[in-house]
Amino acid sequence: MKILVCVKRVPLPGARINVTDDGLEVDAAHLGFTTSPHEECAVEEAIRQKERHGGEVTVLTLGPSEAEEQLRYAASVGADHAVLVETDGAPWDPQRTAAALADVIRELEGGDPFDLVLFGNESADSGGFQVGIRVAVALGRPTVQGVKGIEVSGGVVTVRRAIDAGFEVYELPRPCVLGVREGLNLPRYPTMKGRLASKKLEIRALTTDVDPGGQTRVRLHRPVEAVSETVILGEGPDAAAAVVDVFAELGVL
Amino acid sequence: MLLVVLDHDRGELDESTREALTFGRVLAAKMGAPMEAALVGSDDGDLVAAAAEHGAATVHTCVHEILVDYGPDAHGSVVAQMVEALDPAAVLAGGSDRGNEVMAHAAARLDTALATNCLDVAPGDPWSMTRLQWGGSLLEDCTLEGDVALLTCAVHALAAAPAGGRRAEIRPFTAALNETHAVTMVRDRIVGEAGVTLSTANVVCGGGRGVGSEEGFAPLEELAALLGGRVGCSRAVTNLGWRPHSDQVGQTGTRIAPEIYIASGISGAVQHWVGAMASKHILAINTDREANMVAKADWAVIADLHEVIPAIIEEVRHRRG
Repeated sequence: MKILVCVKRVPLPGARINVTDDGLEVDAAHLGFTTSPHEECAVEEAIRQKERHGGEVTVLTLGPSEAEEQLRYAASVGADHAVLVETDGAPWDPQRTAAALADVIRELEGGDPFDLVLFGNESADSGGFQVGIRVAVALGRPTVQGVKGIEVSGGVVTVRRAIDAGFEVYELPRPCVLGVREGLNLPRYPTMKGRLASKKLEIRALTTDVDPGGQTRVRLHRPVEAVSETVILGEGPDAAAAVVDVFAELGVL
Repeated sequence: MLLVVLDHDRGELDESTREALTFGRVLAAKMGAPMEAALVGSDDGDLVAAAAEHGAATVHTCVHEILVDYGPDAHGSVVAQMVEALDPAAVLAGGSDRGNEVMAHAAARLDTALATNCLDVAPGDPWSMTRLQWGGSLLEDCTLEGDVALLTCAVHALAAAPAGGRRAEIRPFTAALNETHAVTMVRDRIVGEAGVTLSTANVVCGGGRGVGSEEGFAPLEELAALLGGRVGCSRAVTNLGWRPHSDQVGQTGTRIAPEIYIASGISGAVQHWVGAMASKHILAINTDREANMVAKADWAVIADLHEVIPAIIEEVRHRRG
């Protein structure tokens, strides 16, 4: 089975996210970077499916040259191939990102489609909820989002998606595109051997020329936070009475 | 005209849709245009009445054998076809999983921009809006160009409010659908355990790394059961394997909105906070007075949760006699 995972490099959310002076980007000066959490689970799932059914896992990212770090991380836990589509450094809007990814996927496939293309349900930072769907529609493939369970049996991909109390079940043919959610699995940590191997991984660089879409960022800013005065009810088990008074006041006792 | 897409499941309107209709009334007034609604896959009288109650003057219903249950492809295609036939200036859905999914499908088919999870929208050329990033810990002002403005409004951006009990005109819509649209349709449902769910619980007893172990959650379970609530946890706890991901509160877990959130041994990192911030009241139990969760709480107990929670359980039992 051939599996492609699309990942995004995002700043590690710290205690507080600051914005650059021009308001156009997150100030990452004091932040590390990571793979967006839903996509970490997508990488893990791809590797589990490969272990179960055989095949190869390719990981693809669109981003700055530094996103190579996220590709090597995916390789350190078991991805076989990595592709970087380098941007100019500025964040791309969802339409442009999807158009570029669809172009690149067609080029990588050369007419022999990936059985599964996995995306995160939404990116941790911009949270547009749409790139995976736009790519699926461009490629003419069925897609379901919010996936928390994947079973491949023959040509049928059965997926579960969490709803408020339980799951919805969908059955898709291959090839298909899935948007997955954290909770699908618990991602493994890289082994020392994996880390060493990932350093030697050859990263394929592809370029694409697509126009910006209709959504344009003006600025990022922090929401106004309500300043709350915290009432300290006590400093030990003796506070229990005051706590239960609060329960009574709120009508939850 | 502003077209609001209704999210419904087997005869029930999703709460996010009531919010979207309320948000839509404000937006339609700014546009100086009527608000109409799209009811895809149903012509149920109660759903039409609910849309009317929240201010939709007209409801476009689309019934088809492929629309008997939810399918993102079919629903998104119908919305795209409605845009082409009805020519709305803007289309809005609630920021639920389905709302965002259906609008992304429509946007992809129309090759038009979509701004998701908006808090505020201003019509114009171009349109401008403020939307959530990082689950709400950061906001983005942006502009949207295109023949139609495609939007979703963030869940809980405002409280749903009915507009009065007017009737809505029903206009049946005929969509062109074929078997390919039916590929991604709900085939089955696995019903979870009955009772209170984390997202709807009135009381949530959350535990973080400070709980110390899987077994350490037993007193939290006991307190939650006593108060008719549910246990929640932080991402650190899920990653340690102490609790299942379904208990995780946060940006990549569940968004909770209880009457009271009792957060024990949780520092309150941004990822967790955005899932908890809709709680009406917060009580933090932490040994660290400087913890973010303590600063954001209404009440705090500065102590070891392993001592305080059993004392609270005892006090609750004592008062109930």
